[in-house]
Amino acid sequence: MIEFTLWDIIRNLLLAARWTILLSAVAFAGGTIVGLLILFMRISKRRWVQRFAEYYIGLFQGTPLLMQLFLLFFGLPLLGLRIEPWTAAVLGLTLCASAFLAEIWRGGVQAVPVGQWDAGSSLGLHYLKQLRLIILPQAFAMTRAPTVGFLVQLIKSTALTSIIGFEELVRTSNAINNATFEPFKVYGFVALIYFALCFPLTRYAKMLELRALKH
Amino acid sequence: MGYVLDFGWLGDAVSLIASGAAMTLFLIAVSAVAGIVLSVLGAAGRRSRHAWLRRAIAGYVEIIRNTPFLVQLFFIYFGLPSLGIRLDPVVAAILAMTLNMTAYTTEIVGAGLDAVPKGQKEAALALGLRSRQVFIKIVLPQALKVIFPALTSQIVIMMLESAVVSQIAVRELTYEADLLQARTFRAFETYFIVTLVYLALSIGLRRLLVASGNRFLSGGVS
Repeated sequence: MIEFTLWDIIRNLLLAARWTILLSAVAFAGGTIVGLLILFMRISKRRWVQRFAEYYIGLFQGTPLLMQLFLLFFGLPLLGLRIEPWTAAVLGLTLCASAFLAEIWRGGVQAVPVGQWDAGSSLGLHYLKQLRLIILPQAFAMTRAPTVGFLVQLIKSTALTSIIGFEELVRTSNAINNATFEPFKVYGFVALIYFALCFPLTRYAKMLELRALKH
Repeated sequence: MGYVLDFGWLGDAVSLIASGAAMTLFLIAVSAVAGIVLSVLGAAGRRSRHAWLRRAIAGYVEIIRNTPFLVQLFFIYFGLPSLGIRLDPVVAAILAMTLNMTAYTTEIVGAGLDAVPKGQKEAALALGLRSRQVFIKIVLPQALKVIFPALTSQIVIMMLESAVVSQIAVRELTYEADLLQARTFRAFETYFIVTLVYLALSIGLRRLLVASGNRFLSGGVS
């Protein structure tokens, strides 16, 4: 039997935490790109495009992330795509993040006064330029706090990818726990690592929120 | 070679899916009620005169909000037995869900309490009500009305997150789906149907909460 010292446990958990961080970063980046697309559709003037984005957001916000991951994990191979836990995890979290981010940013876009759009068109800017130069910078500035808040939620959500077999923090901790039979210690440390990742971001979001209130 | 979707197993599975959905609803009902009651106490405690109480509640809220629900669940179900506290899966699930729910709703209820104008409390005290009566009869109902939409969202989010408790073998909707797909070898179809059931549950739960909020909170929820 292999003896695990306290340091072994901590070291292995910290190594596994790299995957949690990487997955969060990739999913956040992917979610930003897809989320922007959904945002454009959500604020489009075409009714059916708008409707599609609404359903997309409603679908991801109205079903458990775990089910979304299962559907990708078992569904994509049916389409002939080889899929591994990492692919399913990235894809699932990206799609889910895009729905939440699009909805957050839509709130920002709607909070920009209509006069800003009018001013943009009176300067002769076309729709995309109005968005890029005038509307989106203001919308992003207003929604910085909830966006960081969502990043915290995303980091916590990566824990679910352990269930479809992705070797991140929780899955590694399950393995260590099965070898050491010290669940109190192991899951305690895991909680501590997540806390160390999330708490600074939570504080940062709070700071942004307070700063926004002052303006 | 194409894959043909097959839903032929669904007929026999309806009762299992229904009992799983019932368990999911039971879990969320119990933890939502317990969570809201506790969070009223928590929000009141956070505004108390005692600094240690304020700090303890703030610490609890931060710990829960900055760690994943799955880890909290494993800590309670697998970790607590080493302290001699052994819990049934259903009890562990309800405990974890309630603790998680309370951390979020404490913040929401707190915001609601702060939103009630001070004059309401002063007027009630001037009418000779005791401070406990003022809280229960004047401040709390007005706060609940303000925060009702946020509470509704939080309950729906928790219901969706409860899918995770299948991991400690609570026989709720996701657990039944796991069993079904192991028996039918139709994983995609099974999870597809169960995802639709979750979608229906979350839409239905939201409608139900909004309707009952309109009915029972004076003046309705705007």
